[in-house]
Amino acid sequence: MSNKDKNDNNLANTRRSFMKKSATAGIIAASSAPTFFMKNAFAADGSFRNMPGMGKSIKLGFNVPQSGAYADEGADELRAYKLAVKHLNGEGDGGLMNTMKPLSLKGNGILGKKVEYVTGDTQTKSDAARASAKRMIEKDGALMITGGSSSGVAVAVQSLCQEMGIIFMSGLTHSNDTTGKDKRRYGFRHFFNAKMSGSALGPVLKEEMGTERQAYHLTADYTWGWTQEESIKETTEALGWKTTATVKTPVGAGDFSQYITPILNSGADTLILNHYGKDMINSLTQAVQFGLRDKQVNGKNFEIIVPLYSRLMAQGAGENLKGILGTTNWNWALTDAGSMAFVKSFGAEYGFPPSQAAHTCYVQTLLYANACEMAGTFYPPAVIKALEGFKFDGMGNGETEYRAEDHQCFKNVLVVRGNQNPTSQFDLLEIVKEVPRSQVEYDASIFGGELGPYKV
Amino acid sequence: MMKLTLKNNLFVMLIFSVVVLTAPIWLSPIGANYPDLLQKFAIFGIFAIGFNILFGLTGYLSFGHATFLGIGSYSAVWCFKLFSMNVLPGIVMGTVIAGIFAFLIGYVSLRRSGIYFSILTLAFAQMSYSLAYSVLTPITNGETGLQLSSEDPRYLDALFSVEVTEGLPSTNLFGQLMSGYPGFYFCATLLIIGFYISLKIFRSPFGLKLRAIKSNQTRMRYTGFNTRPYLLTAFIISGMYAGLAGSLMAVTDPLAGAERMQWTASGEVVLMTILGGSGTLLGPLFGVTIIKYFENIFSAMNTSTLNEFFSFLPEFLQSIMVSISQHFVGEGWHLTLGALFMLVVIFLPGGVMEGVTLINKHVRLKLGLRYDDPSVAQSEPSGIEAAPASLTDSQKEEKK
Amino acid sequence: MDVFLIQLLNGLDKGGAYALIALGLTLAFGTLGIVNFAHGALFMLGAFCAVTVQQILTMSVKVRDESITFFEAYKEQPYLEIWWGDTGTAIIDYAVPISILFVIPIMLLIGLALERGLIKHFYKRSHAEQILVTFGLAIVLQEIIRAFFGANPIPTPAPDIVAGSAAIGSFLGLSDNLVYPWWRLIYLAFSSLVIFGVFAFLKFTTFGMVVRAGMADRETVGLLGINVQRKFTIVFGLAAVVAGVAGAMYAPILPPDYHMGMDFLVLSFVVVVVGGMGSLGGAVTAGFLLGILQSFASMNEFKAIFPGIDQIIIYLVAVIVLLVRPRGLMGREGVMED
Repeated sequence: MSNKDKNDNNLANTRRSFMKKSATAGIIAASSAPTFFMKNAFAADGSFRNMPGMGKSIKLGFNVPQSGAYADEGADELRAYKLAVKHLNGEGDGGLMNTMKPLSLKGNGILGKKVEYVTGDTQTKSDAARASAKRMIEKDGALMITGGSSSGVAVAVQSLCQEMGIIFMSGLTHSNDTTGKDKRRYGFRHFFNAKMSGSALGPVLKEEMGTERQAYHLTADYTWGWTQEESIKETTEALGWKTTATVKTPVGAGDFSQYITPILNSGADTLILNHYGKDMINSLTQAVQFGLRDKQVNGKNFEIIVPLYSRLMAQGAGENLKGILGTTNWNWALTDAGSMAFVKSFGAEYGFPPSQAAHTCYVQTLLYANACEMAGTFYPPAVIKALEGFKFDGMGNGETEYRAEDHQCFKNVLVVRGNQNPTSQFDLLEIVKEVPRSQVEYDASIFGGELGPYKV
Repeated sequence: MMKLTLKNNLFVMLIFSVVVLTAPIWLSPIGANYPDLLQKFAIFGIFAIGFNILFGLTGYLSFGHATFLGIGSYSAVWCFKLFSMNVLPGIVMGTVIAGIFAFLIGYVSLRRSGIYFSILTLAFAQMSYSLAYSVLTPITNGETGLQLSSEDPRYLDALFSVEVTEGLPSTNLFGQLMSGYPGFYFCATLLIIGFYISLKIFRSPFGLKLRAIKSNQTRMRYTGFNTRPYLLTAFIISGMYAGLAGSLMAVTDPLAGAERMQWTASGEVVLMTILGGSGTLLGPLFGVTIIKYFENIFSAMNTSTLNEFFSFLPEFLQSIMVSISQHFVGEGWHLTLGALFMLVVIFLPGGVMEGVTLINKHVRLKLGLRYDDPSVAQSEPSGIEAAPASLTDSQKEEKK
Repeated sequence: MDVFLIQLLNGLDKGGAYALIALGLTLAFGTLGIVNFAHGALFMLGAFCAVTVQQILTMSVKVRDESITFFEAYKEQPYLEIWWGDTGTAIIDYAVPISILFVIPIMLLIGLALERGLIKHFYKRSHAEQILVTFGLAIVLQEIIRAFFGANPIPTPAPDIVAGSAAIGSFLGLSDNLVYPWWRLIYLAFSSLVIFGVFAFLKFTTFGMVVRAGMADRETVGLLGINVQRKFTIVFGLAAVVAGVAGAMYAPILPPDYHMGMDFLVLSFVVVVVGGMGSLGGAVTAGFLLGILQSFASMNEFKAIFPGIDQIIIYLVAVIVLLVRPRGLMGREGVMED
């Protein structure tokens, strides 16, 4: 199926640039796309990798986990992407295109070209995710890659996209590194990060739990866990809390009992779980089984905090999550016009509300498309410049800005609590506070890292 | 006069080289002719060929070979970071360091045999993986994986004042970039060399001794023959193949992650080898192609590609076919792979290679050509169509 | 002192879980000589039996939440609660213990069917082929479960009455901080019971005697006119049951998901081999040994000295044991050594 499309996609890099290339290429001339022999993603004549040329359609690459622990999250991301493609092509009710401001999209695809997509399985592994992204770029001619459900994968695919000169709009990734020390010129993140979670949680924690607490951290032993531990610790210590211990736990440990038992004797009165997905479901379920939440320490009720929440985690943890504080990027119960428009069209399409992963993926796709329209071209450096510093509203998180210095979106963050009395099977999280953007902003230079060049 | 048969090394190598180097052409009808997948075929081909030297010949089932793959990758990326973006030092370093680790792990693990050996290698691999993922992050960069950085010293490049480009430098072979098709041809060349070495080993007295270890080690020992050095040599060689494969992964894509060393990665090469046919020269390559094809192509199919595929059918048939087949592609690719494992092993003891042999035999009989049953001529192993593993095992049963 | 005691207790509990999984595996692996990579999948199936029972018990009337208009949201009320009130609630609460009644026959059937339909043909095949076929089977089973239940873990709580922790410390006159969850204590008791049951079955029944004899010398027993094959079929069924109940009882500790079997697979092989091939006692001993050592290695005091020791302790111990004792703790000579 792909040969025809590919030829369309690469029509612009015609024989001219091809003829200059190495002799080894000769044998396979008929079946291959010439861009592969380019020294860089950009040729001297202004063409670039996977340039759409005269074709009537363009392809986007949706790279999501379809197997492994995050498969359900990946499935939800994919639903959102398909919906976004529909809306971009002018089908359906238009969703967030009705509320987004400023809007350059016209509902006729991107720059008049119909949007098509290819999908792939990241398996939540860096190697598999990069292989999948490469297939989309090399074989299918994807102009933009998006997706992912883990920070390791996001960082890995982002750096690949930088090398190949393809824009990467990350999906769910919460580590500070993605737009911190591992940031890239071609990578953009709409999702919030651990630092912002910490800043948003701070005032609520102070209000609900006071300033004299002893916190015990259980932290997933990899980069995301560490950055979250660091950010939350910074926040709580600024409140006056003491940190009793920070314990690293192996990823995918399953049974966390041997890490929970020492908490009983540590004198801590707060447990902070820097776990995500299955690890968080297991560690929380087990911590509750150990009776931590019924405990009284230092004359206070023992509390558990899960700094990063998702609906799937809430489903998996069931009853155990009730009343536990955390943060989330977005929730379907928000009542602003943007959120309602999105929930409405997603609900009509699939019969249930979107998750925060679906929301961020949908928004990222629209933002990329919008930037192309603003730039008037698919030429990546121009699209990047259109996205950098782009200010928009009506996408469900209030006024938002893509900060030019680190490609991180700044917007309101939600502090939520596991719902005590759900009115329906989807009503799992109760919004405690919508923390305004000004409160979660930080200086772009604190994490170091370099974006790199526009042209690679 | 040279006889053009499969027993002639030169002839075999000629066919093999032509087939490998023209892969981009003959793989295009099934949509597998893009550089990354071609590179993966070649790289994992090297990995599986090397694994087969140990497992196929000696019967020692290592469940930790991915360690060497990972070590090869880390060494190569460090070489790119510290010395030069030229790939030659990188792959030499990757192969040699993997060899050193193979010596250490092999020396300890080969003190045991059978399942005890397998678990020892597995334990070493899991320890390497866990440590690389967490504690050794300063060396391995943990979950994110070891990446290049613009601050890397690259002493050799600096010494020869290689021009510095904006952004991150790319791996190259004396100026020729190693991404895309050149990367594939580089890997393919090494695959051909690797295959040649493997062919020589299979058809050498050394290979024969390894086979003897597989069929009856005790008897070998009784004749006063010390098997350990031969086993260790085979282990190191296959570890170096894995290291080479790992460094090539870094060459074509300069990033090294810990999950490359996880038990699932070790298990994958075991499955590839058995699926294709262990103990045969070509079998592992078939296994590699099948598994990597499923992982990369089947996983990427979705309803719209299926609709396109079945578009030649009338509409109602098309929708039926799509609704049935969509469970087996895309997120269902694991299911198809699992079912394929079962079908192959149930109907083709000895793996895909067994099927190839059967077809070969059938065709030759049809055409009235002479057919040498290679499984009968065990004493003179032809290599290409050596006996499937099951046969030697049943012979072993008889000996007991 | 109580820090030490609680880690010991925890180690025993973990060990019980490991031993139970290893016991099922070693029945098939160490005795029938089948390298069963689908054992983890059987464990997972058991857990999903509990999930299914829970879902059947909580089949609900759906009351539409009218405030939500964009999609259909329901508040669910189980039929059992409507019909029988508090009794119904209590039945739902006991979903996991009830599921054990169903797990045993279901897993026995699955085990027998697998042995008759598939495993039987692989006794004489190489271990490599056994690995391939059972690994394929595991993937297929796992993907089927995923198609029905999704990839996300499903909460399967223990009955309310045993939801909290037992105050062991204050009972024994020690520290108040020495508490341990009721369900884990039940799991420990349960695993010990199953382990003793299997041992007694093999030791004191005629059937068990024949099986043990068949394990030692299959041919001779066959020549005596005993149908060893049928006995082995039953042993495989028994292994499936042990795996299944282990999984079902583990569901409240680890909310089941389709991949949980794979996560336990490597560990269970390590336990069996450290115990020694062909030895049930070895598997159980190794299970407890590794559980206790892992529990202690995870203490902050040890982790401060050797960072990451908790992640590798099991494998480190495996290496040491296998180097010191060539056939694991209690392995028999000649079993799967070539």
